[in-house]
Amino acid sequence: MEATHAHGAGHAHGDGHSHHPKGIMRWITTTNHKDIGTMYLWFSFAMFMVGGVMALIIRAELFQPGLQYVQPEFFNQMITLHGLIMVFGAIMPAFVGFANWMLPMMIGAPDMAFARMNNWSFWLLPPAGILLTASMFVPGGAAGTGWTLYPPLSIQMGIGMDMAIFAVHILGMSSIMGSINIVTTILNLRAPGMTLMRMPMFCWTWLITGFLLIAVMPVLAGAVTMILTDRHFGTSFFSAAGGGDPVLFQHIFWFFGHPEVYIIALPAFGVVSHVIPAFARKPIFGYTSMVYAIASIALISFIVWAHHMYVVGMPVAGQLYFMYATILIAVPTGVKVFNWVATMWRGSMTFETPMLFALGFLFLFTIGGFTGLVLSNTAIDVQLQDTYYVVAHFHYVMVAGALFSAFAAVYYWLPKWTGHMYDETLGKWHFWLSIVSFNIAFFPQHFLGLAGMPRRIPDYALQFADFNQVSTIGAFGFGLSQLLFLYVVLKAIRGGEKAAAKPWEGATGLEWTVPSPAPYHTFEEPPVLTEAKGHA
Amino acid sequence: MSANRNADNRRVLVRLLAVAALMFGFGYAMVPLYQKFCEVTGINNLLNPDDALRNTQVDTSRKVTVEFDANLHGLPWSFKPGQTSVSVHPGELVHVVYRVSNTRNHPVTGQAIPSYGPQLAAAHFKKMECFCFARQTLGPGESREMPVVFVIDPALPKDVNTITLSYTFFEVAGAAAEPAPQLRRPGA
Repeated sequence: MEATHAHGAGHAHGDGHSHHPKGIMRWITTTNHKDIGTMYLWFSFAMFMVGGVMALIIRAELFQPGLQYVQPEFFNQMITLHGLIMVFGAIMPAFVGFANWMLPMMIGAPDMAFARMNNWSFWLLPPAGILLTASMFVPGGAAGTGWTLYPPLSIQMGIGMDMAIFAVHILGMSSIMGSINIVTTILNLRAPGMTLMRMPMFCWTWLITGFLLIAVMPVLAGAVTMILTDRHFGTSFFSAAGGGDPVLFQHIFWFFGHPEVYIIALPAFGVVSHVIPAFARKPIFGYTSMVYAIASIALISFIVWAHHMYVVGMPVAGQLYFMYATILIAVPTGVKVFNWVATMWRGSMTFETPMLFALGFLFLFTIGGFTGLVLSNTAIDVQLQDTYYVVAHFHYVMVAGALFSAFAAVYYWLPKWTGHMYDETLGKWHFWLSIVSFNIAFFPQHFLGLAGMPRRIPDYALQFADFNQVSTIGAFGFGLSQLLFLYVVLKAIRGGEKAAAKPWEGATGLEWTVPSPAPYHTFEEPPVLTEAKGHA
Repeated sequence: MSANRNADNRRVLVRLLAVAALMFGFGYAMVPLYQKFCEVTGINNLLNPDDALRNTQVDTSRKVTVEFDANLHGLPWSFKPGQTSVSVHPGELVHVVYRVSNTRNHPVTGQAIPSYGPQLAAAHFKKMECFCFARQTLGPGESREMPVVFVIDPALPKDVNTITLSYTFFEVAGAAAEPAPQLRRPGA
């Protein structure tokens, strides 16, 4: 929607493509990176709402012990779909959307390397989203296995499971094509003079995320294909009855699953590495160490998968190896947190909404990182695995990490997309409502987990009731706060104070050299980089 | 976009697609790879605990020699230990045998009585299984290997380094005519 304005401005530039379909066909046939970025972002927001409603159904059921609103089977389906939709439908497309919109402008490229494939990558997403949501209404309901799709349950369920498998296949194809596009764009289409080590941080994080995706999404596709053939074609990869091993699936799944965590986190790191320098008015501290930290996080993420499955039966030597390797990730992550803090040190800081969300990210992501360190210890994990402590941990990393950084990105780049400043007061309200309600929702879950409340169970013992009620109240507050976000974005699209080409005083990078809103076509002639205009 | 750049892009595309295809294959390759890896390293042998079970009651710091002796008191048998002596740790479970055979052509019943030297060793010599627990009836010309299973209590005084276990068989008069089941009477 916001690109509609950009589109209008684009005509003034008199581009070569005089023939533009109008109306819905424009969006279906578009190969423009800005249009596709916009569609990714709206799709992601729609899925965020769907997944959010599922989260609220879960929390409503958990408001009191006993069964109030839903049956356990439906509760399990909500748990599964909430996870799959939020990971594959909301967070990942959001960052692909940012990449589509911003990467070509950041590196001075006219568009993505494969514009038609870009269109296809996006239009694969809605069918997958529909498959997932529609699977609730087929006989037997949606997959109830949890987002990890563990056998033997995933081998036994009804047609809803097949729909989830196909959705994962389609989402995987979309991600792989999107990543190939992004990697090729970054490698081949950089403006003359922009060496790899002069690239903006967001490009670096996406380059490495792209490689991670290309390496692990096919592994997930293979794993779910094995489930599919076990279900329908008589193979026995995981079916114990035929000599297969259910634990094997967990090893294959988490070989994908752990890098997936960093696929979600790295672009978020990239966004924060733009926002913090812009509002601290200092260049990012330790650019080179940031790049090496990203690369080493990505590499280590391939060799730590079994810390998700300490209790499935593993020799002590294996547990020790995975424990030490996991703890090792804290080192490059610590380097990044240190560099962000050092960037702010003695900076001229102001606290506009993007900066608030970046600081919220920094604060809460670090808490999530610490609880991750706690869980990485085998001896402690045996006690805490599958409790609400784990749920609290990964929501601090996923919501306060990835989602808050996505909010920071939207507020940071909204003036560039729409040509209007958003309402700063409402933006700040959105931030404060979000961070307070997020902590009300998820902080008590640490206590619930330590007290032994298991996850993915709709009922619980009476002594857990108080913290669960607090958590549910926080969750509803967080969900409703996001309607304010929608309102702020719509308001900025419809109008508001005109945004300058560079609305943020401390922002650096090529994307701020084009007018706001960004014209439909930018950098058809590559910009010339001087020494002074290096990386962000 | 120049043709040159399109060719560059296509080259990267083909390479990255090849990586994706390889990784799809790698997902399947993990099935035999994990299997082989676990076979080679033996780490998937989950039925064996990581720490082999060890009897912590065994006192490996000392050894005691146990000598075996066999005597007959008026019995028409031959009776010999299967080994003259063994060297064992206190606390260790030890299996030994005695051999006995009846040289007559009618059944004879006997009862073995153990004795220990030095005598204070008797309190520390725990027999789990012994032919002396029951009467033994041997048919005409029958031979038999009879087990003794014992543990030497680690509390055995330090100055005792050798224990002699001596059995003497006595005839139980007229018992051979009785029914056999009584031979298995526990605790006899």
